[in-house]
Amino acid sequence: MQPTGSAAEYWKANVRLLVGCLIVWFVVSFGFGILLADVLNHIHLGGYPLGFWFAQQGSIYAFIALIFFYVWKMNKIDKQFDVHED
Amino acid sequence: MELQTMIWLIVGASFALYFGIAIWSRAGSTSEFYVASKGVHPVANGMATAADWMSAASFISMAGMIAFMGYSGGAFLMGWTGGYVLLALLLAPYLRKFGKFTVPDFIADRYYAQSARVVAIISLLVISITYIVGQMTGVAIVFSRFLELDLFWGMVVGMAVVFSYTVLGGMKGITYTQIAQYVVLIFAYTVPAVFISLQLTGWIFPQIGLGATMTGSDMYMLQKLDQVLVDIGFTEYTINNNFGTLNMFLLTMALMVGTAGLPHVIVRFFTVPNVRDARKSAGWALVFIAILYTTAPAVGAMAMFNLIKTIHPAETIAEDTLLYEDRPQWMRNWETTGLLTFNDKNEDGRIQFYNDGNREFAAMAEEQYGWKGNELTVNRDIMVLASPEIANLPNWVIALVAAGGIAAALSTAAGLLLVISSSISHDLLKGIIAPKISEKTELLAGRIAMSAAILLAGYLGLNPPGFAAQVVALAFGLAASSLFPALMMGIFFKQMNKEGAIAGMLAGLFATLAYIFIYMGFLFIPGTNLFPNNADYWLFGISPLGFGTIGAVINVVVALLVMKMTKPTPAHIQDMVENIRVPRGAGKAVDH
Repeated sequence: MQPTGSAAEYWKANVRLLVGCLIVWFVVSFGFGILLADVLNHIHLGGYPLGFWFAQQGSIYAFIALIFFYVWKMNKIDKQFDVHED
Repeated sequence: MELQTMIWLIVGASFALYFGIAIWSRAGSTSEFYVASKGVHPVANGMATAADWMSAASFISMAGMIAFMGYSGGAFLMGWTGGYVLLALLLAPYLRKFGKFTVPDFIADRYYAQSARVVAIISLLVISITYIVGQMTGVAIVFSRFLELDLFWGMVVGMAVVFSYTVLGGMKGITYTQIAQYVVLIFAYTVPAVFISLQLTGWIFPQIGLGATMTGSDMYMLQKLDQVLVDIGFTEYTINNNFGTLNMFLLTMALMVGTAGLPHVIVRFFTVPNVRDARKSAGWALVFIAILYTTAPAVGAMAMFNLIKTIHPAETIAEDTLLYEDRPQWMRNWETTGLLTFNDKNEDGRIQFYNDGNREFAAMAEEQYGWKGNELTVNRDIMVLASPEIANLPNWVIALVAAGGIAAALSTAAGLLLVISSSISHDLLKGIIAPKISEKTELLAGRIAMSAAILLAGYLGLNPPGFAAQVVALAFGLAASSLFPALMMGIFFKQMNKEGAIAGMLAGLFATLAYIFIYMGFLFIPGTNLFPNNADYWLFGISPLGFGTIGAVINVVVALLVMKMTKPTPAHIQDMVENIRVPRGAGKAVDH
């Protein structure tokens, strides 16, 4: 059985959201926390050099925000395609 | 009150609580033993997952690693939290919709083969046992310090406690006890951190204190720490990169991907009522985990600062360092465990603590002050447990930390042992070898498997191939290279067939295992490694800790190649994948 039109579109919307979230996930941790840390360390957040802050604090806050954003957005998509649970 | 009495009292009270809950909710039937009854609220499930997740590695070991590694310790912080994003987005909701009990159940059904189940079980056992080795090391350290025993007897006591604790109750007990354990461990971690942050910076929140100025000075905490470290020959704390960018990247990735592939964490998401809650549970778990993980950098940095300040009271190396005779009580206590040692190389009766690996600095120190090498060796795994003592905090805080460390190690060990026991008794024995065994025999087999795992892990944990957090990091590398790719492709890539998935899992697992054994010894037995474990010998400079990322890539590449050459996935399996992608219709999890 091939997925019906709306199931395929639901999946597409989901994957689009996933990819967006994963880009943010990668940028805050691997980007800001590791690859660009040296550059960002020239900027300071109080006593924290910014690259150091992302590696030890900021990325964690971003992860939490990301998951709850995804949950909120996904619940909306579920409703929109009428696949949500009761 | 005497410190020793206080420790007995607080640790004793916490144990009474866990055992009480375990007995009160004692597992009756098999299904309760594995997944508890359905309907655990997402916040409660998140809290229990957090306790399950935060082990001796997080509680005891991680901040100590950060203290000595500075900036690069961030690999552990990002790695062990970022994995929850992958879990929430890529796995948890779909595995919940699928609605079975265990990871091998999913692999076997999705890849329509018992052989796939066997490979999943092998991966799961390798991962869990490596992980428990790290826990047992942590347990042994806590017990040896607080019962004033040497490390071997600390391990014996630890094994006895873990044994009586886990073999007693099942998952149901564990879900509720884990909530209690979370509360104990998070208090134990944050209370001393708050005290120390107040002492040094005047801020209640250690997360802010670490970035603030020191009390009575306009110098930032981190700036000051950079300075005192450079003064004794180390690299600045905030830029120190022990791993190098490549290995930091690979290690962080391995820890993240591994988190999402850890069977004892995934199994948590089978217990929530529906798909929506599975997504939310991962978010709540991360909130509770983040309370500890955002505190840890301050704990590490401040413990390091206080340690140096103890040895160099004048804050400058030009002045005399601490007399060994005058050493504080906490140093004496830790000396009994053998985890803190002093060797008076220049026989001046004073303790010198500096980086003698920095040749230029060492030469200067010898010429100017007559130092003959670093004289104090501090095991990184004791930093968290010792930090309240170093900071002269009241005895009840020190006792609380002991209880927290034990809670962290116990809760994770219990979760892992449960996964080991269910994979042996449920997946292997009942699923493949003897489908007709009674529930009673199944439970018995599970308990025997747990006991064997405790003995093995205790034995290996006495001679661990690294600090607790490093051993645990290896387990993550193994999870990243074996289970995660198979699970993820199972959901996102309908065409992946059984041959591809099995070949991929085997290739990833064994490549990673081989790489680890080559440098860290066969089964971690000291002396059996082929090459010394350092950057000069590593393949392309890749550390065994970060190799899980490469293993995961190998897994996917092999899986794709084999898939191309073999028969396509049957239509009914592809339909099943379509079905788990949609939330509606997720019933209760079912047994076979």
